[in-house]
Amino acid sequence: MAEYLVLIYSNEASWADRGEEFAKEITDGHNKFGQKHGASLRGGNALESTMTATSIRTNESGGTVTTDGPFAETKEALGGYYVIEADDLDAAIAIAKDIPAPFGGIEVRPIRVM
Amino acid sequence: MAATIRITRDFDVAEECVQDAFARALATWGEQGIPTNPGAWLTTVARRRAIDVGRRRDVAMRSQRFLVVDTDTEPEATEGGFEDDRLRLIFTCCHPSLATDTQVALALRMLCGLSTAEVAKAFLVKDSAMAARLTRAKKKIALARIPYRVPERSELRSRIDSVLLVVHLLFTTGHTSPVGENLSQVDLVERSLDLARMLRGLLPDDAEVASLLALILLTDSRRGARVGAEGEFLRLADQDRSKWHRDSIDEGLVLVAESIRQGRPGRFTLMAAIAAVHSSAPHWDETDWAEIVGLYDLLLEAWPSPVVALNRAVAVSFAQGPLAGLAAIDALSTDPQLSTYPYLAAARGDCLERLERFAEAREAFEEAALLTENHVERDFLHSRIAQLN
Repeated sequence: MAEYLVLIYSNEASWADRGEEFAKEITDGHNKFGQKHGASLRGGNALESTMTATSIRTNESGGTVTTDGPFAETKEALGGYYVIEADDLDAAIAIAKDIPAPFGGIEVRPIRVM
Repeated sequence: MAATIRITRDFDVAEECVQDAFARALATWGEQGIPTNPGAWLTTVARRRAIDVGRRRDVAMRSQRFLVVDTDTEPEATEGGFEDDRLRLIFTCCHPSLATDTQVALALRMLCGLSTAEVAKAFLVKDSAMAARLTRAKKKIALARIPYRVPERSELRSRIDSVLLVVHLLFTTGHTSPVGENLSQVDLVERSLDLARMLRGLLPDDAEVASLLALILLTDSRRGARVGAEGEFLRLADQDRSKWHRDSIDEGLVLVAESIRQGRPGRFTLMAAIAAVHSSAPHWDETDWAEIVGLYDLLLEAWPSPVVALNRAVAVSFAQGPLAGLAAIDALSTDPQLSTYPYLAAARGDCLERLERFAEAREAFEEAALLTENHVERDFLHSRIAQLN
């Protein structure tokens, strides 16, 4: 058994065009996901939008610079994550495919074992 | 190799064990004679060595880097057992989470047994670059835990299809090199044929697998006729069909017929069927173009790719005339995927030439010549331009 971080990316602008009913559909999708794969879930959260993000970078002199916004300005922003446990990548992918992810997609990354 | 990986669960160690087995064979067969079943002898020796190596290694060191293997079943020491291992290896090398180029490189290295240097040459990159790519791939397989198994029933169709795409890519790269001095790289073609036959042996009931083999056989049957006496490129229309390899065609036609009989033709069955129409025509003028267009219509439904649409447009130009063909080609001219595709410009040039719009044809052929990096194709295009005058 191994752990994977599943990152959910989506285009925030596309969300703005849809109403409350759509948001409810997605929430239902996540609830269904949680019920179906409960035994494999080790954690997960939705994140507030990227406008609430703060980035901290190290500068050349070893100090830090704090700025507004996500680390990488990309069309699809990180919107949430799950931590899942699965035997292998195929099993992890099968679980991840059930996560609702309109306007973007999902990344599956193995968590390093120390 | 495949049977040994099952035990070592590590590509590099498996390789060492297989090398050891070969070395032992060289040493002992000279004195004791070649065993009745050399394949089984080598496999058994390699696996015994692998078990030995496994026993001696520190368990802590082994923990992270292994392939995930189902340990519930032990392979039978029959041919069937080892064939399952080959299937497992194929599906691992061609896992969709690996880049397509990487899948091809791994297939050449692990399934066909090419050396890293040979694979590097096939990709026209430096040995060190290919070695690095293969190392990264093995690392990903281990760390992301790509399983060493034949996929679940529900995934099998799409996984087989991605394996077929890899082998087909290998074939098309070999058949017409994207760059370089020669029209084709025969080694790659041979390897793709080996893999297609291996797949056919392992999955004898799959129509798409049979069709890939048919497609390769039918297309490669023209190998001897594609290049003229002066090394110049010869189009299908200009090839001496008596130079086509009859045995390959016969074998291919039987496979296509069998696949079509199974119904619901997939992408490779349709492509093989198109190749079969060409292979069945004794002469270019007797080609059943209406049939080919019909097959392309079906292929486009199953596989809405701009390259397929272009190929269909070319068939339309022969079934319905160059004006209809040109219209179909021009409909694709704004597709970004085709913007640097030399065959679009070449196809336009051909239609324009047939319509006697020579100035425009010249421009189109010149554009195509700029876009291709294959010298034989470029020379051909220059000769088309010369002929326009």
